[in-house]
This record gives sequence, structure tokens and C-alpha cells, in this order.
Amino acid sequence: METVLIPPANASFIGIATITFSWLIPLIGVVVFSYIMAMRIIPLLKAAPDLRWNRFGERFGKLIKIWLLQFRQPRYMLAGVLHIIIFIGFLILSIRSTSLVIIGISENFVFPGLGGGLGVVYSLLKDYAATAVLVACIIAMIRRGIIKPARYAVPERYGKDHTGEAVFVLCLIATLMISESLFEASTAAAQVQKGLHGELIAPLSLAWFFKLLLGGASISSLQAIHLSIYYIHDITFFFFMCFLPLGKHFHVITSIFNVFFMRIERGNVKPVQHGISDEQLDDLESFGVKNLTDFTWKHMLDFYSCADCGRCSDQCPANAVKRPLSPRFISIKGRDALFTSHPIYPLGAAFPESKPLMETVYDDDEIWSCTTCGACEQECPLGIEYIDKIVDLRRGMVDEGAVPQSLQKPLRALEKRGNPWGKMEKKRIEWTKDLAEESPVKVLGKKESAPTLYFVDSITSYDDRMQDIGRATAKVMTAAGEDFGILGKAEKDSGHEVRRFGEEMLFQDLRDKNTDAILNSGVEKIITADPHAFNALKNDYVEIPPVEHISQFILAKIKSGDLKLSANGSNGKVYTYHDPCYLGRHNDLYDEPRAVLDAIPGLKRVDMQKCRDRSFCCGGGGLMLFYEPEEEQRMGVLRVEMAAEAGADVIVTACPFCLVNMEDAIKVAGMEGKMEAIDLAELVVQHTDNNESASSE
Amino acid sequence: MEILVCVKRVPDTAENEIEVNSDGSGIETDDLVYSVNEWDNYAVEEAIQIRDDKGGSVTVVSVGDEESEEVVRREMAMGADHGLLLSDDAFEGSDGKGIAAILKTAVEKGSYDLILTGAQADDGAGQVGGMLAAMLDMPYASLVNTIEVIDDKKLKIGREIEGGNQEMSEIEMPCVLSIQTGINEPRYVGIRGIRKVASIDIPVHGPGDLGLAADTVGAAGAGVKCLDYFVPELGEGAEMLEGSTEEIVEKLIELLKAKGGLK
Repeated sequence: METVLIPPANASFIGIATITFSWLIPLIGVVVFSYIMAMRIIPLLKAAPDLRWNRFGERFGKLIKIWLLQFRQPRYMLAGVLHIIIFIGFLILSIRSTSLVIIGISENFVFPGLGGGLGVVYSLLKDYAATAVLVACIIAMIRRGIIKPARYAVPERYGKDHTGEAVFVLCLIATLMISESLFEASTAAAQVQKGLHGELIAPLSLAWFFKLLLGGASISSLQAIHLSIYYIHDITFFFFMCFLPLGKHFHVITSIFNVFFMRIERGNVKPVQHGISDEQLDDLESFGVKNLTDFTWKHMLDFYSCADCGRCSDQCPANAVKRPLSPRFISIKGRDALFTSHPIYPLGAAFPESKPLMETVYDDDEIWSCTTCGACEQECPLGIEYIDKIVDLRRGMVDEGAVPQSLQKPLRALEKRGNPWGKMEKKRIEWTKDLAEESPVKVLGKKESAPTLYFVDSITSYDDRMQDIGRATAKVMTAAGEDFGILGKAEKDSGHEVRRFGEEMLFQDLRDKNTDAILNSGVEKIITADPHAFNALKNDYVEIPPVEHISQFILAKIKSGDLKLSANGSNGKVYTYHDPCYLGRHNDLYDEPRAVLDAIPGLKRVDMQKCRDRSFCCGGGGLMLFYEPEEEQRMGVLRVEMAAEAGADVIVTACPFCLVNMEDAIKVAGMEGKMEAIDLAELVVQHTDNNESASSE
Repeated sequence: MEILVCVKRVPDTAENEIEVNSDGSGIETDDLVYSVNEWDNYAVEEAIQIRDDKGGSVTVVSVGDEESEEVVRREMAMGADHGLLLSDDAFEGSDGKGIAAILKTAVEKGSYDLILTGAQADDGAGQVGGMLAAMLDMPYASLVNTIEVIDDKKLKIGREIEGGNQEMSEIEMPCVLSIQTGINEPRYVGIRGIRKVASIDIPVHGPGDLGLAADTVGAAGAGVKCLDYFVPELGEGAEMLEGSTEEIVEKLIELLKAKGGLK
């Protein structure tokens, strides 16, 4: 094809061959970029270890689903679709951008493999990609700049608004799209003017419009546009590249790694230090995260990868009730701390000495406010983790003795009595006394044995109201013909929150005592009605018999015909099921409890808008009941309001802590008489055919 | 500054159901769990904060049986530098004056600028601090809820008086202060902290080491003897509200309204 315009590789500008710029711009860009990246990588090398070079099959699965297919993006529809367009556009245009850079040096460069028919297809594709990305950028700018969705707002205590940076980057992207298209269009327009058969340009694409627009321009103007726009593209491209690692757009580079190395298992908590066994823990100088470099490299990568999209905080129940916690700023503040502790300017500056994080970056109340519900992690399109960081920071605080007074008492009681209220061990079985005649509960030990253990845990054992759940659970198991028993005073608190509140050694102590008691009892399986105990036994304990939640047990018994449910006392009320965090999000048990409800004849069930993996935490369990957070209202109150909005009269939970919080919230919200809360096991007992007392009601 | 803090091991009222034993000589001890007396814990925290700020060392001392070593160790896990246990069969049954006499000998074996005790103990009578100061002929201030170090010789201390008002005083060291709860927020002592100090040797001193005549302390030297423990009988005009918490609250509100306490 005849050259109609002088290409950047052969042109000259005020006597200088422009190829000089074609060399110089990429060269400077690459050097600066490499330097910045090196500075960014340094903290990762000093970080705590993290075992992530494993389970490559699952990791590639995550990479394809969450990174390449952007699976989590449409959970926020408009922002998600815009992002998918820009993301796919970037993937497509990366080839074009690379080619363009090289064309400035070697005018006839064609990207390997794109010489023939494939090249024509690609050319059309990238024209549309650039067009779509530009449109997406414009919509995104309108969103960020004019509509301003609430989740992007920056509360005063976290500093300045981030809109400027977001819009600036959108402008850079738009510039790249426009310059790329204009470069192509200028050639095409010139070809038309010279009566040549022009390059193929995708109809109705950005370049196509530019071609029309430039139809009347002189060849010299086209030449000027052609050259200047090329260098505008070149400079913008390399500037953008170097700008990425300076802020929230670092995710463009890091996301592929961050998603690849993201959390695979849920419900678990990272070990105090990867590669250190429980026995070696006593030799550790320090516990948890106290300084920046105590974070693992993956957690630092998380900080780098945060795109500031605000979805975590939008879903965070603590943030919703105005506790001083916003997961988004856990990341942003962590990132900023990493940036300031490893400044890229001035060159060769010594790194400032790292100061304790809890004095400089995070607040105590902020870190204690988290209920570890996992909504943030479930939402993050980049696979950023929060629970492990929060737990690690708490471990650091526990090690320093910085534990709120409200938590010290229950922790001491757990150490001494094995339950947070400090109640007597022998009273752990008191809830069974009312059942002595109807369906006596065995206490496993020297005299009695059973194949199944009912692990009750502290709140169900000791709390007056929650003891009803214990009795209902025992009744259901008896009705279904299960031969079971409890550990009695040998049972200690599962320690679920003890671990998540950072008191690892106390957790291990409780775990070891329970493990011994469980193994000594000789049971083959464990059932529990407490999702926190369930999660602890399933994901924190090792080498104990398999664990089932009561909802799984009930469903299996309904299916096998051992448990028959009737419409007993059906009252035309509308039921909604509240997913407990440690049943749903952490253990994927969404369908079983719903299937149990649906097995009750005539029961009408609706789902709340926020349900399943978007369930809204009730306020937290275990030690969270003792913590006195700063908050404007209770999470439970918001949740009860959501249930009312869904048109429900009854909230069914499958967790004693959820029930405590819901019942309290109903009172606080003044909705007594209008809304009630009940545990799944209690509801099932009411509807059990095998249960005579229920049918006589 | 060299600081000595006197601590006591007591049954934790929050984690026990305290019942008087059948013969009235004390309380049922079968199922009790013990901890450091709450007031003493605040005193140790205060001592640690002063040390961290001004230098010096903190020594924790307890008079009691062998089990008391547990609380001394816990306070060392909290941050005290040294521990000392004053334990001997001869000390058993000491009254307040006896305990003060034992502590006095320990104070005299060291060189302390400041001696802290809890204002009282869960099972005590709030008398040891004052007697100890008198025996040592040192100035004494009780119920202290704030301490500010002025210089090597003087402290500025505060005490809450009637109506929530605050009284500030100056005291010369060496002195004895009894510490009120709420003076600070004691730090948490985790299992890990206790394990770290598990192997530290805590010296145990008896009457011989302290140069005390055995018959001046213990039951033999006690001028005050406890006769009986009992639960008071329900008297005239007393009414026990019964029922669930909500019912009790409701009845209480009714009563308060009826008697004009609530309007």
C-alpha cells in the first residue's frame, strides 16, 4: 500500500527525526516504570510469608472466573458493565497499543499473527473496542463527576475526596482511545483524498466517525494530526503506565496476581505465621501485625490492588450502622502507609522507620468493630481479604495487652470457666433438666455413649432464652430417632470468636480441651445448631469426626422420611429466612435451611432483598455480644426493618446469636407484636408430626 | 522510681456463685476460680505506666498460700519486673494487722519510693494499706484515682470525694497509696504473656527470711478473729421481687412509682 502520510518513524520535527521521540518516550517510560515497580516490590520482599504457591488448578479457576470473566462485577450492574467494557477493551487494545509504539520505530510492523485475515478481524474488533471504552469512560465520568453514587464519598476522617483521581484516569483512557482512533482515521482520510482504497475501518466506530470528520481536511493538516496524535498517544500511554502504580489504578497491573493468589478456603483464619506450627508459637518474638512489614506479601498486594470501588464498605454492616470501620479504608490507608514508608521520591531516600500501625494508621475501635461476617470479601471483585488482616491486627493488640475492658472479662472467664459469662462448668447441662422426662439427653462419659455428639456451645448452654434452641434441637434429634449425647461439663466454648478476636493461645487451649473430650467420647459424628461452633469445628479444629449443622441433619431426615413435618399451627404468617454469616457465606449452606422451611406444608416464605451471600449480619456473635461499639444504631434493627420490607412477619434464623440480636432488635425497633424471631429447630419442633406435644397445641 | 505493689489472690466474684459454707466459717471453696483482686490489678497497671514513663522497676508482692504465686506471675506477665511471694503456714489466719506486719518486713528489705495497694479486696476490709503506712511511718493516701509524678520526691494525687467532686493533694515519697478502680484501663494479659514468664523464678519468703517472730503473725498473732458467716435473714419491710427479669423490672418500676421515687 502506498504511503499517503509520512509515518512517525520517518518524519521530522524542527529538524529532529521524530524516530528519536519514538525511541526516547518508550525508553524513559520503561525506565521510570521499572523504577517505580521496583520500589513497590521492596515491601513485598520484607513482608511476612504467605503460603499461596499451591492449588494451582483452583487458582486458575478463580483467575478465569473472577479476573477474566469478571464474575463479581455485575453484582453492581451499571458500574459492573462499564468495568467489563473497559476491562475487555483494555485486553483487546493492549495488542494495538503495543503495535502502535513499535510502529513509531518501524513503520511496517505488524503484530505476529495479525498479518492476514485475522488481522482484519482484529482491526474491526479493536475499532469497536476503542469506541465502547470511550463511551464507557464518558458514562463513568458522568457517574463519578455528576451523579456521584454515595459509596464513593470519602468521610472526612479519611481525608480528601477521590473523584479527581478517578476522573483524571478516565480522561487518560479517553485520550488513548481518541488518539488511537484519530491516528488511524487520519491515514484513512488521506487515502480517500488521494483516491486510494482506504484501510478498512469498522463502520460506526470512533475511527469511522473521525474519518468522516476529517474528510475535508487538507493533506498537510492530516499529516500534522497524524504525527501529533501519534505522540500524544505515545506520551499518554507511557504516562498512564507510570501513573498506575501511584494510586488506585495499580489494580490494572496487580489484579491478575491478586485474584490468582486470593483466598480459596472460607471460614478459616490464617495461622499466626505461615510455616510455624502450633508447637513453635511460643518461640515467636511477637504475635500478629503490629508494623506494616508484619503483614504478609499477599495482604500488601491487597493494599496495592484496591480499586477504591467501595463495594466492601457498601456491604459492610459495621459501616452501615456507622461503626468506625470501613473496609475500603483498611485497604486505602494500608496502601498509603506502604507508599509513604517506601517513597519513590526523592531518589534513594532512606525509608522512614516504621511506626506501630495502631498508633499511626488504624484505630482500636475500627479494628474491634468487625464482626468477621465476610460480606466485604464476598463482594470484592479483586479478591482482597479483610478478615485475616483484622484478626492479625487483633492478635497484635492482644499481644500488647490493648484489649477493651468490655472484652477482658469474658476472655478471662473463658480461660477459667470455658465460657464467656464465667458460669460454673457443672451448670452447662442445666438446660437438659426440663427434658428429663420427655426426651432425656445423655451426657457422654464413662457410663453413657452414643454415636452422635450434639455440640451445644456456650450461649445455648447458659442463656435462658437460647436454652430453648438446645431443647428444640434435642427434641428434633430424638424425634428423628438419632442416638446422641452431649459432653456436659467437659465441653468448653468452641473458641470461635476467641480466635477471631485475636487470642490465639486461648483458642488453642479451648480447642485442645474440646478435641480431647470429643475423641474420648468415641462419637462418629458431630451435630451442632450453632453456626459459630459449626464453623470452628469444621474449619478450625483438626482430626475430629465430621460435623453437621442441624439444618443439614433435619433436611436429610425429612428426605429419608424419619422426620415428618405437618402444617401444625400454620397461621398464615409470612416467614423469611435470615442467613447466618457462618452458615451461609462462610460455609455455603444457603439451600438446606430454606428447603427445611419449604418442607413445612402451607408455610409461606419470602426472601429479603439482602439474602444468601449478601445476607446482612445481625450484629455478630460470641465475644461481639460483649463488645460495646460506637454505633448509631444496631445492625439487628436494620435487619429487622429489611424483613418488614420484604413483607415478613417472622424471621427464622439458624443461629443462637442471630436470634439474640433479632429479638433484641425487634424490641429496640418497637416492633413487638408485629415481628417475631424464631430458630429453625424451634420451628421444626412446632411442626413435627412425631412430636405429640406439638400436635396438641 | 522503685515501686512495690501489694496484690492478693481472691475468688473472682464475677465468675463464682459465692455460698456460705454449712458451719459458717467461710465460703464454699470447691468450685471457686480465683484471680487477682481487681483493685490490685489497677495498682499494678498504674505502677507499670509510671515505670514506662519515668524509669525504675516494679515489684509485685503477695501474702498468701502457694497458689498465690499464680497471681504474682500474672502481674509479671502484665509487665512487673520482679515478683515476691510471702508464704508460710505460720502466716495463715493473719488479721489485717498481721498482713501489714508481714508486708512491712518485705518493704524494709528493699528500697522503694512508692508502695501501692488496692483500695480494698473483694474479700477484705480495706485496712492493710493504712496500717502498712503507719508501721512504715510513711505518708498515706487512700482511694487514689489519679497520680502525677512531680519530681523524684513528690507526687500529685487525686481522690474522688462526695458528689463526684475531685480532691487533689501533694504527697512526699516514699509513701503508700491505696488505688481506686478506674484510675486507668489495665492491659490484657493473655495466655501467651503468662507462658512467657512461666519459667521465671519467684522467690518465696517465710518468717525466717523476713526476720519475723512466727507468733506475731498468723492466727496466733491475730487480734481480730472471724466468728461467723451467714446470709442475713429476710427482715421486716424487706420484699424480694420474684419472676423473670422483665417482671422484676416491671414490679420495681411500679413500686418506685407508688412510693414516689419515680414520677
